[in-house]
Amino acid sequence: MHAPAIETENLTKEYPHGFLNLKKKTSLEGLNMQVDEGEIFGFIGPNGAGKTTAIKLLMRLIFPTAGSARILGKPISDIEMHRDVGYLPEQPFFYDYLTAEELLDYFARIHDLTASDRKERVQQMLKKVGLETAGKIQLRKYSKGMLQRVGMAQAILHDPKVVILDEPMSGLDPVGRREVRDIILALKREGKTVMFSTHILSDAEMLCDRVGVIVGGKLRGVGAPEQLVDVKTQSMEIFFELTGQSTAPLLAKATRTGDRYRLQVPEAELYGAIEQVRAAGARILSVTPVRATLEEFFMNLVGADGAQAAAVEVSGK
Amino acid sequence: MKRAGVVALNTFREAVRDRVLYNLLFFALVMMAASIIAGQISIGIEQTVIVTLGLSAISLIGLLISVFIGVGLVSKEMDKRTLYALLAKPVRRWEFLLGKFGGLVLTLAVNTAAMGLGLFLALMYAKQTLERGDATVFVAVYFIWLKLALVVALALLFSCFTTPLLAILFTAGVYIVGLYVQELRNMPMQVMSPGMTAFTKWLSYLLPNFENFNIMAMAAHSRQVPGKLIVQNTLYTAIYCAIVLTGAILVFSRRNLK
Repeated sequence: MHAPAIETENLTKEYPHGFLNLKKKTSLEGLNMQVDEGEIFGFIGPNGAGKTTAIKLLMRLIFPTAGSARILGKPISDIEMHRDVGYLPEQPFFYDYLTAEELLDYFARIHDLTASDRKERVQQMLKKVGLETAGKIQLRKYSKGMLQRVGMAQAILHDPKVVILDEPMSGLDPVGRREVRDIILALKREGKTVMFSTHILSDAEMLCDRVGVIVGGKLRGVGAPEQLVDVKTQSMEIFFELTGQSTAPLLAKATRTGDRYRLQVPEAELYGAIEQVRAAGARILSVTPVRATLEEFFMNLVGADGAQAAAVEVSGK
Repeated sequence: MKRAGVVALNTFREAVRDRVLYNLLFFALVMMAASIIAGQISIGIEQTVIVTLGLSAISLIGLLISVFIGVGLVSKEMDKRTLYALLAKPVRRWEFLLGKFGGLVLTLAVNTAAMGLGLFLALMYAKQTLERGDATVFVAVYFIWLKLALVVALALLFSCFTTPLLAILFTAGVYIVGLYVQELRNMPMQVMSPGMTAFTKWLSYLLPNFENFNIMAMAAHSRQVPGKLIVQNTLYTAIYCAIVLTGAILVFSRRNLK
């Protein structure tokens, strides 16, 4: 049986703060999770939820207060583990006096690639991220999106088995986001394990085999996106057109855009509602089931966490 | 260790591409020209004026580079987060630190050597003759480089646990006190309590003795430097740097990056 690609056990990070560092702020609390080999795992949560903290702990950029983690079966303290891991930091910034080619060559040297391998890999990666014509330009002249692409290139330069990306779509235009999504999907086809953090839920829904939702430093749910949300149809949406006025009480609940209305009703009340809409003289354009989205699941968690935080504040704890 | 070399070469490349470094070289050339002019108006003491001014300029420029770039070696990388991608690769933190140190010391070697050569050419131009003792200028430049390596190590250590501004102040403070270590050691016992005497003596051995590296007077008068002093200063620098860098590594290895 294969060890999980990424495994954390009670991973916790507290930061001292306040006068004489006597207070402690918990950024990540007892993170237990597993990412299997070959899957795309999305780490989602609002800003400040602990996503970057967890990733930085895995990369040994910060050290845990408690708990442990393993990547490809090796403890994260083992420097050899880094040979098989690629990492894209959040909002990456690189040595701006170097060109993209020089930067990638520098990192390739760190990975002990031979001179011929380096040359080949650097050109391959630049092509992969769409920077083949900008390879000889100094990074100080790069836009944020271009830096993000260089970041992707350096993360996968050494053909790692596990790729960890911190907010890879951040700062990218729609074309750039599409390209990063394509790279992530290509990595999956090559059998790599990809873990990425994001707060763009549509990206997570589109790409991930599984997602972990982290809010307030705690992991609140892990599973396939469609498992996490309630797949049961909860309500139905009636989309209709109505010229003129109507006093039907049901229509007051509809959302209006010009002459068109959207009305959500519980599934059990659908036929009664259709009758009322028709009686009001409206022309029904469509009737569709409304599915809960990952976003709703996420917002519910964030809302609950906010309410809990407010309650704690009120109680003075 | 190979990775430390890769980091060092990149640090050297950064310094070479940094325009501040070129400005400092330009400043050195101006200083050399000034020393020649000063030599021409100081009848009979041209050599003393040129060597003193030249070595002082080399030392001052080197110190500015060592302190300001030395402090920025790690802190700049942490502020700009350029080291995140690097440390996520199979690089140990001590390799990164040694690489940064080695890169700046290499930069200083090239910079100091270039300025030393400029000084020697200025000296030849002024004297029109050459004697064996004139080579002392090169030993003096070598000693300046050793001193600068020590300053870089101190700047690196301080920058590992404090803010850049404080690191600059601490480094400059230790350097200034280090110039008067001999005076601390020879402080008359009558003026202090026995406890204070013991403390100043202990402090004088703990602090780097930068006065050891000053052979400006010998160079100005073309006196030969004893081989023993060269070996002694080289070993002193190597051992002191090793101790300071070990401290820096111990601190940096445990540091959480922002």
